[in-house]
Amino acid sequence: MALFLIRRLIQSVIALFVVSLIVFVGVYGIGNPVDILISPDATPEELRRVTRVLGLDRPMWEQYGLFVVNALRGDLGNSFIHSQPAIQLILERFPATFELAISAMLLAVLLGIPLGMWAGLRPNGIAGRTIMAGSILGFSLPTFWVGLLLIMVFAVQLGWLPATGRGETVEVLGMRLSFLTRDGLAHLILPALNLALFKISLVIRLTRAGMREVLLADYVKYAYAKGLTERRVIFVHVLKNILIPVVTVLGLELGSVIAYSVVTESVFAWPGMGKLVIDAINILDRPIIVAYLMVVVLMFTVINLAVDLLYTVIDPRVRLKPASA
Amino acid sequence: MKIDTPLRRFAAEFSESRLALIGLALCALLLLIALFAPLLAPQNPYDPRALSILDGRLPPGSGGPEGMVYWLGTDTQGRDILSAILYGLRISLGVGVLSAVFALALGTVLGLLAAYFGGRTDAFLMRAVDIQLGFPSILVALILLSVLGKGVDKIIIALVIVQWAYYARAVRGTALVERGKDYMEAARCLALRHRDIVFRHLLPNCLPPLIVVATVQVAHAIALEATLSFLGVGLPISEPSLGLLIANGFQFMLSGKYWVSLFPGIALLVMIVAINLVGDQLRDVLNPRLRK
Amino acid sequence: MAAILAVEALQTHFFTREGVVRAVDGVSFEVAAGRVLGLVGESGSGKSVTGFSIIGLVDPPGRIVGGRIRFKGEDLVGRGKEEMRKLRGSRIAMIFQDPMMTLNPVLRIDTQMIEALQAHERMSEAAARARARDTLGLVGLPAPDERLRAYPHQLSGGMRQRVAIAIAMLHRPDVIIADEPTTALDVTIQAQILFEVQRLCRESGTALIWITHDLAVVAGLADEICVMYAGKVVEHGSVDQVLDAPLHPYTRGLLESVPRRNRRGARLRQIAGMTPSLLDLAPGCAFRARCQRADAACEATPPVAEPLPGRSVRCFHPTVERA
Repeated sequence: MALFLIRRLIQSVIALFVVSLIVFVGVYGIGNPVDILISPDATPEELRRVTRVLGLDRPMWEQYGLFVVNALRGDLGNSFIHSQPAIQLILERFPATFELAISAMLLAVLLGIPLGMWAGLRPNGIAGRTIMAGSILGFSLPTFWVGLLLIMVFAVQLGWLPATGRGETVEVLGMRLSFLTRDGLAHLILPALNLALFKISLVIRLTRAGMREVLLADYVKYAYAKGLTERRVIFVHVLKNILIPVVTVLGLELGSVIAYSVVTESVFAWPGMGKLVIDAINILDRPIIVAYLMVVVLMFTVINLAVDLLYTVIDPRVRLKPASA
Repeated sequence: MKIDTPLRRFAAEFSESRLALIGLALCALLLLIALFAPLLAPQNPYDPRALSILDGRLPPGSGGPEGMVYWLGTDTQGRDILSAILYGLRISLGVGVLSAVFALALGTVLGLLAAYFGGRTDAFLMRAVDIQLGFPSILVALILLSVLGKGVDKIIIALVIVQWAYYARAVRGTALVERGKDYMEAARCLALRHRDIVFRHLLPNCLPPLIVVATVQVAHAIALEATLSFLGVGLPISEPSLGLLIANGFQFMLSGKYWVSLFPGIALLVMIVAINLVGDQLRDVLNPRLRK
Repeated sequence: MAAILAVEALQTHFFTREGVVRAVDGVSFEVAAGRVLGLVGESGSGKSVTGFSIIGLVDPPGRIVGGRIRFKGEDLVGRGKEEMRKLRGSRIAMIFQDPMMTLNPVLRIDTQMIEALQAHERMSEAAARARARDTLGLVGLPAPDERLRAYPHQLSGGMRQRVAIAIAMLHRPDVIIADEPTTALDVTIQAQILFEVQRLCRESGTALIWITHDLAVVAGLADEICVMYAGKVVEHGSVDQVLDAPLHPYTRGLLESVPRRNRRGARLRQIAGMTPSLLDLAPGCAFRARCQRADAACEATPPVAEPLPGRSVRCFHPTVERA
């Protein structure tokens, strides 16, 4: 077990380095950000001065080396536009994105698994078919479109929920969170649902597919032959087997949720990292882009590692070696 | 007695789902619309001379010059939404399908080669695939577009780079299984050229999962392109896809002029759902584990 | 001896897209307490479906369409779901073919045994665990405490099947249906399992229905044999009667196709032809296409003839020479 962990850690660190290199080359190597920051009729001296200040005249590998050294110290450069440390800007907005992402994942699990189980148990009933049809929609609709629809229906037409923005926040463990206030919760529901819809559909389909496969398995028939109640068979025998692939996928999807929050944050004007990054891309504010990517990549690596660990806990076949006769 | 060929059996099983057949019909319809958009549209929305700015933001059903009816309303520039949708469908479908085709070609070749030659080639390729698939496609697309800039060709390149990994992984998995089978051994014994073995023997047997991945990916590509255009990093204004149309109409949602965003949105929805319906049934039919 | 289980003219049909499959088409037999009945037939003969019909676990699109299954005098066909659940595992138990597939891979052995106990009796976990341990000792499994804490994949095939037998014996059922329980095991383990099962049934008075395609297995184990072909019982009798003096040409063919030790170089015998598909069974004797004794009379379905009490055959031209 320990060997496995160490190996995965080393792999993760290598992956981080590779990605940082790619990101760096891709972002810093192409195009010239100076052009955006200076008015078109700047003198060549001003151009050179800004270039020097921003360190853009050094050779590429030197820039990268400096970048890595600074990164390890936690300094990813200052935003070209805001003149504040990029990492600080990103981390300030991290709690908002994180809160949104976690809420979406919770919704995906709490709604997706029961609905998927139902669709798997009674595939030909009205409820089962509706759930599957709904999941196809949820899967196909681009997130931004659903967001628009949600705003139109719940905010404009019905007026039940606020359309944009984040509600009141409360400080918890140094982070500002909004789901603990009523107003905060009201603002959180629509964006979280929007972000979650794709995942809910995914979970429903995975769960249902798992149900269909597992229900045909011999051990289910055998469980009935032992005289177990349907309840026990479904909720213990079947569920545990289904959870394994679902949990794996969900774990990996957490990173994807954080990435797609970019879209939801744009639609709902949610003050998270995503909105910051989109603007940064449009004006080529590279430190912000790089800081965002590094934070996100770090999170992915950590999440993937955690999922691997979780997997060994849930599936005993992975953890324990089979005995020889 | 009816001769039961695999193709016929496949068609019969596919047709079991009415929804899938509806999806297939819709896809065919959309394809036709996309091809003949200039002929079908009552107005060419990108010809400034055909537009009358006075007709801007009209609700659906309003009348226009020369007895033309704006069936779905107009946008701020006086463009007929219906025409814009027809042209937009063309671009969205075109970009989606083209990028999927290129990604399929690239991914398939790489996946086959990795599986066939094995060893270091395989390990290297799979590392690359894993790293790339570890990132959500939108993130990869954003990075690429921030580097490449705007334009139809850049979007297609970005989409191809995002997608090839899915194809490569699917093909490699199947190819690895097939590689161990007897007919491959036989082909090697006959000392056929590598090229022949890979493309004439291995490839046809790897098709089923490839087809499934392809349908899913086309829908995914279309949705991704729409999302990117909506965020403002996608196609330029001169060639608006449905995503851009929706984005343009976003600001009017809150003031009640829903039609500018809603109808392009519905068109996008129908397209993606139709493709997914077909893909769903394909997956069920081609999945060996569900066969009793 | 009164029969504890009596199957009368059982019919279980599968209503598929391609047509009706008459998997079990008029099967009758009885088992008395403490006796072993061997239900013999090749794949597709309907023997497994018969077993599932008795315990009420026929999967759709199949269902019992006719006949009766009398357990202690009461008919099981048409009984309510909850009533059948109470019988399953406690009064009528079943052992499946492949224990790797029948034990849930993600649950521990003790979990799977304790739940089988608690499904039918109110008992504490400690009491259930003790009972499970004792039963594991009964089937000859060494170090039962360790086995209880293990997962199925940590045990060998023979051990897993012993666990399955133990689970079947937990409530001291009246009938155990064993569906090819040794087919997936090594030959040496097979013998051990057979021995254990035989001993247990004799000691506890449990009736045993042993479903198999292997005549050699039933020869040493069963008291009576039922031979099935294409959904019908074609011959029934005591093990000596059936194996020494088979009446049905199919039974005779089966016996003759067993490779014998003392005829080196001689050609192996086999029954010509293949098992018919149960989908478009023509009326009449299903075996006639492969039978050398068939004639025009066999185009009608042969009725059950009972030359002696407890001895029956479904054939117009039964063989009378000794095998």
